[in-house]
Amino acid sequence: MLPVSIGHYLVVAGLLLVLGVFGIFLNRKNVIIILMSIELILLAANLNLVAFSGLLQDLVGQVFVMFTLTVAAAEAAIGLAIVVVYFRNRGSIQVEDVNLMKG
Amino acid sequence: MNAMTMNWATALPEIVLVCWGMAILMVGALMKRRDTFQLASMLTIGAFLVTAMVVIAGPSGLAYHDQFVVDSFSGFVKLLVLIGSAFAVIASLDYNEHENLRRFEFPVLLLFATVGMMVMASAANLMTLYVGLELQSLSIYVLAAFARDRLRSAEAGLKYFVLGSLASGLLLYGISLVYGFSGTMQFDHLAVLLSDPAKSSPGLVVGIVFVVVGLAFKVSAVPFHMWTPDVYEGAPTPVTLLLGTSPKIAAMALLVRVMATPFGHLLAQWQQLIVLIAIVSVLLGAFAAIGQRNIKRLMAYSAIGHMGYVLIGLAAGTAVGVRGVLIYLLTYVFMSAGTFACILAMRRRGEMLEQISDLSGLGRRDPALALWFTVFMFSMAGIPPFSGFWAKYFIFTAAVQSGLWALAVIGVLTSVIGAYYYIRIIKVMYFDQGEAAFDPRPASLSVLAAVSGLFTTLFFVIPAPFVGAAQTAAAVLFR
Repeated sequence: MLPVSIGHYLVVAGLLLVLGVFGIFLNRKNVIIILMSIELILLAANLNLVAFSGLLQDLVGQVFVMFTLTVAAAEAAIGLAIVVVYFRNRGSIQVEDVNLMKG
Repeated sequence: MNAMTMNWATALPEIVLVCWGMAILMVGALMKRRDTFQLASMLTIGAFLVTAMVVIAGPSGLAYHDQFVVDSFSGFVKLLVLIGSAFAVIASLDYNEHENLRRFEFPVLLLFATVGMMVMASAANLMTLYVGLELQSLSIYVLAAFARDRLRSAEAGLKYFVLGSLASGLLLYGISLVYGFSGTMQFDHLAVLLSDPAKSSPGLVVGIVFVVVGLAFKVSAVPFHMWTPDVYEGAPTPVTLLLGTSPKIAAMALLVRVMATPFGHLLAQWQQLIVLIAIVSVLLGAFAAIGQRNIKRLMAYSAIGHMGYVLIGLAAGTAVGVRGVLIYLLTYVFMSAGTFACILAMRRRGEMLEQISDLSGLGRRDPALALWFTVFMFSMAGIPPFSGFWAKYFIFTAAVQSGLWALAVIGVLTSVIGAYYYIRIIKVMYFDQGEAAFDPRPASLSVLAAVSGLFTTLFFVIPAPFVGAAQTAAAVLFR
């Protein structure tokens, strides 16, 4: 059995972060996928915090994760609300349709 | 856990403001009258006034187990933030009535965003930093999409939300790395730890870079500025005024505190990064604004440029540089708020106008408005004796004192290029053939423009108290 070290946690968290960032920039389909990618990035940071908290024998990291989870919930709620508002006006949540203003 | 370590009295301004905000929510939700918007706005302005007095009179020191710090730096920043937010509320009074946005949630959201910014100014721990930043960001995402039956506002909200959340996520990832490789989130512990160069590891530096990226997004510095023009253009104009003042100040203050206090000993590592960001920001601010026809978009590029100048002060990495940063932010609040007050007065037959060409002939039809607009444009271009010139002067002298000659030269050159598009607006107002007059403007906007204009014009008469306050505030970070 391979023991799970801090390095493994860091690699997984790094992969989650990269997946999340690419999910935002390469995704040309749906805004909901972007919301999921944002959650993925926050989870990557959470995994890091918990892993470091265990390694350092320090509770601060786990307390921080509680805050982050709360913030992530609020962020998802606000994000979905904004997407609904956008859908009512535009009739679509395709990423390529978000183009009224150039830039 | 005794009362001494909690020391909650130092956080009294935030506590007062939060309680007041919840009281306004109750008033708005329980009152049967439909027009609670004006009442809620007045109560919010009152709350800002009271909070400002508590900030001035309140004790300083550490609170909540050293996670929250109140010193003259945080006091200076909090007062600026309160001024900027109060200006935004005043600007919304008339606009929201006309644009059918008279809902009491608007001032309340603005109030909670302000609480977030004040917490950011007082952060002494990476956790406090994150919570304050998120409270501010989440409130402003909603404000940007507040005109919910207008597509442009919804699109601005969506773009701001997606890119803002990405930046927060990267910031959080950076915080986790800093925590893991140093073992603490406390600013003063980090500072002690990093005073030994051997303690800094590559992982820690990567974490710092992520933190800088997250905060650079919030101050809309290049290359993390992509959201700025679209959000400025799409958001309701009072929200644009807010975006251009308080959140920028709070985020810049946070960046300065994080760079100067916990990571101050790593100056050599982060200075290059900040110099680079500052150079590309001033360049983009100078060149990209030239082709703009929409004045709100133009102001967005102008803001990117101004934040670049502020970053020059941070790149100097000295108390003199931070003093320049604070003076710049002080003058910028008034310039920016005044300009947006003038933009809000651009209304013809009930329709808001946003094109620069709509200003033509303003000099003859409305000399007062044209005069204030001219003052703000000259000040933004950095022409003496207006306050914008003195702000740039303090920034550039600090850069030269730190030996950043190239940076100062680039700053001066780009501000000359930037002067082109500011002065073009003045030319349109005074020398182009005019169109019909604007609608009569409400007293709130006249007062806002006049107050900001007088400050901008007369700053050079009595700069001493402001410069002194900025100096005291900056000295706190470099003990």
